[in-house]
This record gives sequence, C-alpha cells and structure tokens, in this order.
Amino acid sequence: MKILIVDDFSTMRRIIKNLLRDLGFTNTVEADDGKSAMPILKAGGVDFLVTDWNMPGMTGLDLLKAVRSDPSMAQLPVLMVTAEAKREQIIMAAQAGVNGYVIKPFTAATLKEKIEKIFERIEN
Amino acid sequence: MTDIDRLRMAKELLVALERGDDAKADKLLDEIASIRETQLFLEVGRLTRQLHDAIRSFSLDSRIFELTESDIPDAKERLHYVISMTEQAADQTLTVVEDLFPVAQSLNQQAHKLAGNWERFLVRKMPYEEFKGMSHEISQYFNESKRSLETVQNGLNEILMAQGFQDITGQIIRRVISLVEDLETSMVELIRLSGTKRATANAATDHDLPGPAVPGIDDKTGDVAANQDEVDDLLSSLGF
Repeated sequence: MKILIVDDFSTMRRIIKNLLRDLGFTNTVEADDGKSAMPILKAGGVDFLVTDWNMPGMTGLDLLKAVRSDPSMAQLPVLMVTAEAKREQIIMAAQAGVNGYVIKPFTAATLKEKIEKIFERIEN
Repeated sequence: MTDIDRLRMAKELLVALERGDDAKADKLLDEIASIRETQLFLEVGRLTRQLHDAIRSFSLDSRIFELTESDIPDAKERLHYVISMTEQAADQTLTVVEDLFPVAQSLNQQAHKLAGNWERFLVRKMPYEEFKGMSHEISQYFNESKRSLETVQNGLNEILMAQGFQDITGQIIRRVISLVEDLETSMVELIRLSGTKRATANAATDHDLPGPAVPGIDDKTGDVAANQDEVDDLLSSLGF
C-alpha cells in the first residue's frame, strides 16, 4: 500500500506520515502541491491519496478533479485533510468525488477512523 | 497683472497720498486689494476642488473602509487565535514531556538495579533465595516496561499531533500578511491622493478559499462546520 501525502506545510506532511506509520502504513511519498503530486500519481503505484486543499500552485480540489478525470486513476481513493470548513466547500469536494473529508485540527483517532472507513468501502 | 502695472499703481498711490487726495488713494487701495482677493479666491477654489476630489475618491475606495471596519479587527482576533493555538500546543507538549520524564527515569533506575543483580548472578555470587526474588523482579520489570513504553508511545503521538498548530497558524499569519500588504497599498494611495485615482491591483485572489475557521469569527454565520462531527453529518446527508 503506497500512500501519497500532499500538503504545502512540511510539518503537516510529517504529522500525517507518522500517523500513517503508526497505523501500519510505512510506504509513503510526499508532494507539496497538486502540481508536484501529478507526476508522482502519473508514474503509477500510488494506492491512496491524502491531500490538503489550500495550496499554492495547484489546489487539492483541482488535484482531485484531475485525478477523477484521468481514466488511469479515476478510482483512486482520496482523503482530503484541510482547514477549509465552509459547508459549501465540503459539498464542493463531495461533488468532485472525494472519499473522505477531515478538517484541521484533527485527532489521530479521526484520521484513523476515516482511513479505515475508506478501505472498508473499497473492500466491499 | 504685471509687475510694471503693480509698480505703477504703487507710485500713483504714493503720489495721491502725498497730495492728500484721499478719494484717489482709497480707490487705488481697493483696486490693489481686489487683485489680491481674486488670486486668493482662485487659490481657495483650487483647494476646495482638490479636497472635494480627495473626499470623493476616498469614499470610492471602499477597500480602506473594509480594512478599517472589519479586516483589521478581524485580523486582531485571528492573531489572538494564533497565540492561543501556539500556547495550547506548547502546553500540550510540555505536559507530555513532564509526564514521560518520571516514567523514563523509573525504568532507567530499575534497569540499573536489575543489571547489577544480574551481573552478580552471572558470576555466581547470588544465593538461591535471592535469585528467586530477582526473577520475580525481572518479571515485574517486563510488565512495567511494557506498560511504560505504551505510555511513552502515546505521549509521543500526542506530541506529534500538537505540532499541527504550525500549519493552521501559518495559514492564518499568511492571511494577515496579505491584509497588511493591502493596508500598505491603501495607505500609499491615500498619501498619493491628489484627484487621480489609481486602479488598485485586486489582491483578493488569495481569499478565494477562506482558510482555517477561527472560532468566534468565521462561525458567526453558521455556514462553517464547527467540528469533524458536523462535517460527517453534512457528508452523510449527501449520501456519503
């Protein structure tokens, strides 16, 4: 299971990376915005995408839309971890096809729960 | 009105005064005064025009009102939130460190004591009765170290999570910086105000996404999810 973590703040990437390691996911790669994430995704092998929304360059929402519109990775599960908490934005992300939405600041338990839920749904 | 004209009038005034021709002198004085008045009126008129234009363009520049009326108080609250978030993170981290310190210390002490006894056992300098006691102590130590290391792991996770403040506060401070830049632009414009209104570069592109919701500011209108539960409710209402 290879997981791509996309966030413009390196501290947040480290936090998520460490939490994932605690949950047993040790194979992670990182990118600091949508633009740098795209080539990693296109290279293949990524099984799960965790992305922030508000990033310079290319936002997480644009990344999500790009993923969904590319047949080779349209099915990739995407978890959004973001400080954007406006209802209209959560709806926007849902409409764009996000699999889970976690608002910052979050707890380790919340992240764990959302990830497990996503995997459960994929397995069924 | 040239200098020669004025000089001529001054000479005529002098002559009239010397002759004692009051009527003529008064007439000349009035003439000279009216010249001054005309110039004064023109100057006052020009200044009035300038002031009028300045006030007009000032009220047209709604950005400055927005800045002073809502954005600056808003920024102050956001910065207060940054202070409380950093304080909370520091507190959380320090509490965990303070809690874990004695745990590590006690494990260390017990390990030292057991290691000493173990040495004596290896060189066969330990009576059988004492050995029985030591093996009991070793079992106890294993149990306790298991528990303690779990505590340490949980604490490390807590410290890890506490670092999330850097992302949130960083985003908030970035916004305040962009506000300060807006304010700077408006101030420069205000200083330059002389009737010509410069088109302001719209710095609003950064604000397309509202960023971290600050309690007490962004949750006033009710269009913000206050916590993860509200996000989950909203998503499940959408069929998630």
